[in-house]
Amino acid sequence: MSKMVPLPSKSIVPERDVDKPPILETNHLGIDFGGLTAVDDLTLAVGRTEIAGLIGPNGAGKTTVFNLLTNVYQPTRGDIMLDGVSTAKKTTAQVNRMGIARTFQNIRLFNDMTVLDNVKVGLHNSIKENLACSITHLFGYRKNERKADKEAMEFLDFFNMADLANAQAGSLPYGAQRRLEIARALATHPGIILLDEPAAGMNPSETAELMENIRRIRDNFSIAVMLIEHDMNLVMNICEGICVLDHGKVIAKGTPDEIKSNPKVIEAYLGKKKEANPDAEN
Amino acid sequence: MTLVSNLINGISLGSVYAIIALGYTMVYGIAKMLNFAHGDVIMIGAYTCFCAVAYVNLPPILGILLAMIVCTVLGVIIEGLAYRPLRKSSSLTVLITAIGVSYFLQNAALLIWGSAPKTFSSVVPFDSISLFDGQLIITPESIVTVLACVVIMVGLTLFTKKSKMGKAMRAVSEDKDAAELMGINVNTTISMTFAIGSALAAIAGVLLCSAYPVLIPTTGAMPGIKAFTAAVFGGIGSIPGAMIGGILLGIIEIFARSYISSDLADAIVFAVLIIVLLVKPTGLLGKKITEKV
Amino acid sequence: MSKFKSLKKSTRTNIGAFGLVIIMYLVTMPLQATGIISNSIEGQLVPICTYIVMAISLNLTVGFLGELSLGHAGFMSVGAFSGVIAAVSFQDSIQSQPLLLLVSIIIGGLLAGVAGLIIGIPVLRLRGDYLAIVTLAFGEIIKNIINCLYIGVDVNGLHFSMQGVDGLGMENGKIIVNGPQGAVGIPKMATLTAGFLLIIFTLFVALNLINSKNGRAVTAIRDNRIAAESVGIGVTKYKLTTFIVSAVLAGMAGALYAMNFSTVAAKKFDFNTSILILVFVVLGGMGNIIGSIIATTVLYMLPELLREFSDYRMLLYAIVLIVVMIATNSEKAIQLRESITNKIFKKRKTKGKEVTDNE
Repeated sequence: MSKMVPLPSKSIVPERDVDKPPILETNHLGIDFGGLTAVDDLTLAVGRTEIAGLIGPNGAGKTTVFNLLTNVYQPTRGDIMLDGVSTAKKTTAQVNRMGIARTFQNIRLFNDMTVLDNVKVGLHNSIKENLACSITHLFGYRKNERKADKEAMEFLDFFNMADLANAQAGSLPYGAQRRLEIARALATHPGIILLDEPAAGMNPSETAELMENIRRIRDNFSIAVMLIEHDMNLVMNICEGICVLDHGKVIAKGTPDEIKSNPKVIEAYLGKKKEANPDAEN
Repeated sequence: MTLVSNLINGISLGSVYAIIALGYTMVYGIAKMLNFAHGDVIMIGAYTCFCAVAYVNLPPILGILLAMIVCTVLGVIIEGLAYRPLRKSSSLTVLITAIGVSYFLQNAALLIWGSAPKTFSSVVPFDSISLFDGQLIITPESIVTVLACVVIMVGLTLFTKKSKMGKAMRAVSEDKDAAELMGINVNTTISMTFAIGSALAAIAGVLLCSAYPVLIPTTGAMPGIKAFTAAVFGGIGSIPGAMIGGILLGIIEIFARSYISSDLADAIVFAVLIIVLLVKPTGLLGKKITEKV
Repeated sequence: MSKFKSLKKSTRTNIGAFGLVIIMYLVTMPLQATGIISNSIEGQLVPICTYIVMAISLNLTVGFLGELSLGHAGFMSVGAFSGVIAAVSFQDSIQSQPLLLLVSIIIGGLLAGVAGLIIGIPVLRLRGDYLAIVTLAFGEIIKNIINCLYIGVDVNGLHFSMQGVDGLGMENGKIIVNGPQGAVGIPKMATLTAGFLLIIFTLFVALNLINSKNGRAVTAIRDNRIAAESVGIGVTKYKLTTFIVSAVLAGMAGALYAMNFSTVAAKKFDFNTSILILVFVVLGGMGNIIGSIIATTVLYMLPELLREFSDYRMLLYAIVLIVVMIATNSEKAIQLRESITNKIFKKRKTKGKEVTDNE
């Protein structure tokens, strides 16, 4: 923490990424809501093809971190570097164009649109179609739309959802909605994707499929994945680096094995001995 | 002296706006709907009082009481028949229905009272007060209006803070479902809100027409829109906000009329509203809305 | 029929909307030419066309963008007055009447678009009812200012003043806008065919816009603004674009509307007109273009049809409005309707949004 130069904390960047600059770094990041400090002094780095986990008890500020990373909230202190470029003063949309995509804890799809159109909205910034083209449907409109359809179908194919392309997004079963949300985020061609509790509400077989999908995302698209998750089995199985948050502060960083045996983490989750902690159930 | 005189006129007009705005703001706070027919309830109130005084020769105070009773009943009926079935519909649906009610009231008034303007005689039986050798004339209507506004404001604040029904109203405005689970009868509470709002509209109607004594079926429309603006200006849903918004709007309007241009007064009023909303997007006393991600 | 159903929904809407308008035109045109329809209705034909355009254009803002605008008549007003000014100014230089009308409509649309830009930038930062009230305020401001405006033209060009006709300082010029009296001496050039062509143009623009990248972005913003931002869609840009397109169309409608009369006053485009158009849009179904066309035609004709009830007609109009709103939107009515449809069509699902389509 005392380092002035924002070097990645090596312990959570996997071997293969160590020599490359990290895709995402934060330096002493913090945010206050009124007088309340929700996140404080968060310094971390995510390698270019790393699967990173952000865990912690309920109310630790994990989703707030995602909201900070995507500039939904502006940080009170510290800064965020995406691929070496600061994201300060950017809008959420601009930050996405800089290479960060996300999903939401409570799924946010475009429910009235078809599955295919949801992904095409994700492709928005890669479709070259200006207003004149939109209004007249001339000047290469058809070519662009066909290209977009094709690319969107590829994303759906990736998640085995091609047959659902024309279904209404809001009518999909829960698991498919989660996958569609990830597909839409991937369609923005990000350098890192943030998944907010992707396994919430899933049964063990769905979770297993999700783990497989997360690995495939990383391998296929060569991007980093950062996820918030309460399912420790999933986190310990696929994450290469884990950051543990409690009361807005980082209490531990490291590999799954280091985290598992860290007394501070155990204390945060289970409470001190002989002291009941309601959060432990979660 | 003209400055003081304008200020008094402004506060007086603003007090009428404030009383009307209270009706808008209470209904909005509790039923989350823009009751566009509110302005026309004002007109009905004024006509009722006019008939009671001019045709039946009732004393003005009884005329006002009668107007309040008629408007209260009218408000509750409108709510029950037109708005209650749409409680769960989109706000736009309710808005259009309210516009329908507004058309209905205006055209009903046109059928009953005709389109010829009625000259409303003031309900305030006092003479004007002349100060500084007649340089400053304060009409009794101004004084009564301002007093009425203050009394209503204090009464309403106490009512919502202390009384059981007032607390129920605040609960419903915070969270309808939770209030219902706590045993509050939401429908009764909303009816009550309409009743109070409409009674206030009756008072406002009588006061408005005492100061500006021309009564036609569309009398309530423009003051209605302005009062609605005042409610938004102060922060819709907030009772003190409606009060401040109304009075400020009245002052701005009178000042614009006498110092800038009488033709452009309305444009100036609305321009000020826009500027306020751009600086404070939820009005002067409105709550800041935060969206949860 | 089954072939029709297998088409994409957007294609079906396109065919339906264009088809409907063309049929309406083909039916009305000969009736008007042979003089079968009464004078009072004939006088309504161009206004109906312009109100259809207004309804479609407002539907872009309210139904499609999801923002309540209560000042749409303001854009109509800007279009009407700038269109008239253009028409009178170019009257001598452009001999062909259709061309002059076209130029006036385009200028009306462009200026309304500029007004849309100026208003849209501050307004679209606000949300919900606050946005609605500010559009209302802008509509009233536009009306108020035009009400105080005096414009004339002479050999030296256009003259503007707010202090009355004398303030124009013209020599032998023509007064175009005369304060509260509004625009005077308008060349009455509007025809049913012009109205029809404007509707077709509006449909073309609106439907294409909805079914495009731009349209997807707007729908996404309406459905879930936060998610739309998270996939890199700049909210303001797309809201503003739609708002401006909507204003341009309203301005074009306004210009055509004005050319149907010899004088038009600013108070014609007041709050009540904005509300009237909003009623057309809501009754026709939000985001439903075909619905807008039908609702406008029916509701605009309704007072005419109720003429035999003379004094009671507007009262009846109000009752019809309230009853229709309750019948189509209240929970009980929806349940009743669904149980009836289920009995008739046996389990055939009706999607919420398409209900109005089928009606």
